[in-house]
Amino acid sequence: MVELVVYVWDSLPLVLQLGLKIGAIILPLLAAVAYYTLAERKVIAYMHVRIGPNRVGPRGLLQPIADAVKLMFKEMIIPTNADRYLFVIAPVLALAPALGAWAVIPFTDTLVLADIDASLLYVLALTSMGVYGVVIAGWASNSKYAFLGAMRSAAQIVAYEIAMGFALVGVLMAAGSLNLREIVLAQSGGIHQWYFLPLFPLFIVYLISGVAETNRSPFDVAEGESEIVAGFHVDYSGMGFAVFFLAEYANMILISALTVIMFLGGWQAPLPFAPFTWIPAIGWFFIKLAGVAFLFLWFRATFPRYRYDQIMRLGWKVFIPVTLVWIVVIGVARFFTPVGYWFA
Amino acid sequence: MGSPDFSRPWVTGSPDHQNIAMISRFIKTWLLPELIRGLSVTGGYFFKKKFTVQYPDEKTPKSPRFRGLHALRRYPNGEERCIACKLCEAVCPALAITIESEERDDGTRRTTRYDIDLFKCIYCGYCEEACPVDSIVLTDIHEYHFETGASGTISKQDLLQIGDTHEPAIARARQADSPYR
Repeated sequence: MVELVVYVWDSLPLVLQLGLKIGAIILPLLAAVAYYTLAERKVIAYMHVRIGPNRVGPRGLLQPIADAVKLMFKEMIIPTNADRYLFVIAPVLALAPALGAWAVIPFTDTLVLADIDASLLYVLALTSMGVYGVVIAGWASNSKYAFLGAMRSAAQIVAYEIAMGFALVGVLMAAGSLNLREIVLAQSGGIHQWYFLPLFPLFIVYLISGVAETNRSPFDVAEGESEIVAGFHVDYSGMGFAVFFLAEYANMILISALTVIMFLGGWQAPLPFAPFTWIPAIGWFFIKLAGVAFLFLWFRATFPRYRYDQIMRLGWKVFIPVTLVWIVVIGVARFFTPVGYWFA
Repeated sequence: MGSPDFSRPWVTGSPDHQNIAMISRFIKTWLLPELIRGLSVTGGYFFKKKFTVQYPDEKTPKSPRFRGLHALRRYPNGEERCIACKLCEAVCPALAITIESEERDDGTRRTTRYDIDLFKCIYCGYCEEACPVDSIVLTDIHEYHFETGASGTISKQDLLQIGDTHEPAIARARQADSPYR
């Protein structure tokens, strides 16, 4: 039986094999995104001492399906003065990088679609692309609120991109590799080897920048419901809006996955012996992923929105200097102190 | 998280004390204790019992003084109480009540028309207080609607009908509230 499956698989054309592999990543990812929206509503409701959506299906479990069906059947209105082509293409530009980056995410030591040498660079390049969707959406809508939202968001994403990049430079220095799989392997040996301990400031900076990067509360001035309605996607309806929504949540899951890989030891168990190794590697990956993803929702339920100039100050005047200093600390600690092994 | 500003002119005392204050400030800046305290508050509420009342399935109790939809009551022998004195019409601050009356064959005065415009009504309950024979009352019914949008008027027939179907509940509410009247 197994031989038959392997034989059939090997006899498939390469394009089809790749297509199936991509589908095996993208489809569960989209399902996860859909249920992440439900999780968000439930978690925030619970923290508000409410119970959240519970009417569609058992315990509200079909709510994301109902939402998706509703949005699909809604008319997608294109404003008269909008730039039609850019208006339609912007949501796609926002979503595609969030999905594309999953190509290099190592779920386990062997389970990775494309094990390329410079996967960290690839991830940085793709996550930077996401801002184009936001800026183009704001521009193409030809509306002042959308434009303001896009400007805010562009400035914010660019600012935090730098802090995030520097935080990852620290990881890169410690791991000595640009390959995400090798970065995880460099953290093997137990929880004390995971980079969130030796690179603690970078971990904090990366986590907070990740929240800012995905325009999530408390850094969600790009949407700013109370000031500029819904920001860059104020003119989107139906599927256009749905795709932006998908992109936001897909980005959150992606950032969670990257945080797990860079700082929380990826698929590795907290300690490399008995009770911890009972859970398979991929299980640990998803447990950690869910933990970080929960943190995003927890932040949203807890913190009030930052003022815009405070966001900029935090990004430029706190995070970037901190990351720069800690990069020097890593270099010095690694080569000139007895605890250097900890940083490698 | 504030920018790391280590000058604290208000910190007085020995240099040792100042150093300790500086170090504790540094730790506070980096371990984000305020944010963690905030998170612990919301995290605690995550596990609290939820207050939500799932409305159509669960309802909160109503006071016997609840002022909902109107009704006209009858005496136990089936005779309608209303004697068309028009005190309710006179007291109604929203001018929602319209009454017409004439003499019946047995010589008593009865209403021929008793309309309440529920779009005008403010549910103040003055009509019930004014009524000398406890005929017009406000029931505890609060879930009702009109299927034609043009008029929110409810007629004498409708009011008597509501009174007939809800008489036990109406009587119970009056009974419960009687010690305080």
